[in-house]
Amino acid sequence: MESVVEMKHIRKEFPGIVANDDISISLHKGEILALLGENGAGKSTLMSILFGLYAPDEGSIFIQGKETVIQNPTQANSLGIGMVHQHFKLVHNFTITENIILGMEPKKGFSIDTASAAKKIRDLSEHYGLNVDPEAKIEDVSVGMQQRVEILKMLYRDAEVLIFDEPTAVLTPQEIQDLMLIMKNLISEGKSIILITHKLKEIMAVADRCTVIRRGKVVGTVKVSETSQGAMAEMMVGRTVSFTVDKKTASFGEPILTVENLSVINSRKVLGLSKASFTVKKGEILGIAGVDGNGQSELVEALTGLYPLSEGTITLGGVDISRASIRERIHRGLAHIPEDRQRRGLVLEYSLEDNLILEVYASPPFSRCGFLDREEIRANAEKIISEFDVRAGQGAQTPARSLSGGNQQKAIVGREISHDPDLLLAVQPTRGLDVGSIEYIHRRLVEQRDSGKAVLLVSLELDEILDLADRIGVLYHGELSEIYDAKVLDEHSVGLMMAGVQQ
Amino acid sequence: MWTIIVQIFPYAIAFTVPLLITSLGGLFSERSGVVNIGLEGLMVMGSFIAAYTISVLYPVLGDSAVWAGLALAMIGGALFSLLHAFASINLNADQVISGTAINMIAGAITVYFARTITGSGNIHIVSGLGRWDVPLLHRIPVIGSLLFTQTYGTTWLVLAILLLSWYLIYKTPFGLRLRSCGEHPHAADAAGINVFAIRYIGVMVSGAFAGLGGAVILVTYSGEFNGSVAGLGFLALASLIFGQWKPLGILGATFFFGFASTLANVSQVIPELARIPGFILKAFPYVVTLGALILFSKSSQAPRAAGQPFSHDKR
Repeated sequence: MESVVEMKHIRKEFPGIVANDDISISLHKGEILALLGENGAGKSTLMSILFGLYAPDEGSIFIQGKETVIQNPTQANSLGIGMVHQHFKLVHNFTITENIILGMEPKKGFSIDTASAAKKIRDLSEHYGLNVDPEAKIEDVSVGMQQRVEILKMLYRDAEVLIFDEPTAVLTPQEIQDLMLIMKNLISEGKSIILITHKLKEIMAVADRCTVIRRGKVVGTVKVSETSQGAMAEMMVGRTVSFTVDKKTASFGEPILTVENLSVINSRKVLGLSKASFTVKKGEILGIAGVDGNGQSELVEALTGLYPLSEGTITLGGVDISRASIRERIHRGLAHIPEDRQRRGLVLEYSLEDNLILEVYASPPFSRCGFLDREEIRANAEKIISEFDVRAGQGAQTPARSLSGGNQQKAIVGREISHDPDLLLAVQPTRGLDVGSIEYIHRRLVEQRDSGKAVLLVSLELDEILDLADRIGVLYHGELSEIYDAKVLDEHSVGLMMAGVQQ
Repeated sequence: MWTIIVQIFPYAIAFTVPLLITSLGGLFSERSGVVNIGLEGLMVMGSFIAAYTISVLYPVLGDSAVWAGLALAMIGGALFSLLHAFASINLNADQVISGTAINMIAGAITVYFARTITGSGNIHIVSGLGRWDVPLLHRIPVIGSLLFTQTYGTTWLVLAILLLSWYLIYKTPFGLRLRSCGEHPHAADAAGINVFAIRYIGVMVSGAFAGLGGAVILVTYSGEFNGSVAGLGFLALASLIFGQWKPLGILGATFFFGFASTLANVSQVIPELARIPGFILKAFPYVVTLGALILFSKSSQAPRAAGQPFSHDKR
């Protein structure tokens, strides 16, 4: 079969780590090749080499059968390779047309010929079923449409090979379906696609073949039609992985957290959360689903006291904490696993042991008469490290920055759970983690619930919510839906609610 | 009232024009993503170069020396702004500090040279720019007497540059690229645009325009280089914000400043205005600026990447 892209024996070293070790992949014309691997496995490095961002230390690249050295993204573009980045590269106050033509503007005299460009874009959009309005401004269109603009950018530049870097991370389930359809349209028109992902379900849905990478090496390439999710996961992680979380049926107790008519006017002076009411009971995991930016941060910040609420009440364990300080909320039994572990979870410059007492440093036994007790602090850190399996090179004194993402997260989870909170507020607790760490953190959350504590899980990952939660609510445009029993919901129905379709 | 307006209008325009061209220069720089608070210093530099050029060339060229002075002020301003460009684009320096350095260097170095050359810190020019009535147009009732009598050639030059800039920024590929570098340089980079080159152009245009602005002050209403432009560079910067980084917006903003400042300056000789305490009139434009800046701070249209150094994203 004809290969449009072949990368042979690619090796790339960064100081102290071999990111790509003798990796070979080949992309056939008209297929979708999935590149599967955990975070840090070397997928992105490999694609950055193909896209001209890095030069490989060893190995060679063949485009349409010809050996080529790709020095920069512009050259990659001219070779017909386009990349849809995970973070879109779009100018917010430009129209879609302007964003697409940027860098290769058609001219009429000295002026940009916007009319003909818009027409070409409209034609392309219709041809591939992308449904994009060339005159709309980026800031006014949905994330899904922004992604289609990125795709159009590539098509406008006559890309034959399209690289999608984790394309579904920011989409609703329905938008994901649309994207899958678009990808199939693209290959039926003769384009070829490389799909970087760690979501097995998506690979099963669209990919023809899948190359699995682990620790910088190719584990193998399989035909998707001849394999299963389990087999691919095993190749990716190197051991069998359980997808379903084992959990007993929940035994609900009395309500711990009661939120009534909670409204938040956010820092952009917009009503980000409007009259949300719910309760979280002892012994349950309440899941809040929703696409990013629909009021999750407002809800979380109001609950934790990071941002003031404008209306409503929050009651924790029978005490009104609506206007309590952050420290008071922590003392009353609220623990918070923040969404952004590096920004809000850890002080990266501090050692692990200091990070593990961030909220309680001022109280005994860690502080006596205004002096820190280093021995107690060390003992506390060592306990959490061993209990939560935090792998840190220099033990308690390891700088937080040098821990891997998974271990940083385990440390935060350990710290929060060690406070023995009545309510654990977990926001995106497994964001960007590998399958092994996800499994571990999920298990700890369920344990927390089984021990009769309450867990409020806010996540953008629908699967996570469906796997863990006992009851589920959905945030859409700042409004919280009714809370449903998880048993009566499935992916489809929650997906519709996430897209704002009432049922 | 009408006679007052007719009387002060030419002065208001004369005061507006250097502000306008400098602010327009700032617009190019900030739209490319580089904040340039060195406008003040660049104006001083332009004023000095023009003064020196004119004083040297006047005996040879006569009245044309003024235009040679303006041209050299632009070139000199552009070259001097390279310092700021190099620091903020290549060295990723803090652009506010680099701009402040420009202001300090300009004030010091020009006065030093002026002392060495003339013995005092000042350079006086023998002849400035003449005023003329625009043929035919000055006879139009109302606007004729406001806009087309007693005008300077530089006014029309600057207005022509303004129109050209508007066209360049909004209608040409260069403008689209310039704006993309100020909003989202990584998007521009991904589209194959040389962000560094565009930013260099932006800063150099601001240097050239601010240099011209300083020179215009010299050849129109001041007539003498004295090592300062009295904060007009900062006022140009405020106009840029007031005008929301748009060419026509800054035309309005600078004219507002020009008119209000002129009103304050002439208030003592006009009986109707003399009743208002002078300091109120003098403070008026600045108070309005503060108010406007507070009002606009929420809905600011500032280029998003202005002030942020750019480096290639290597993940």
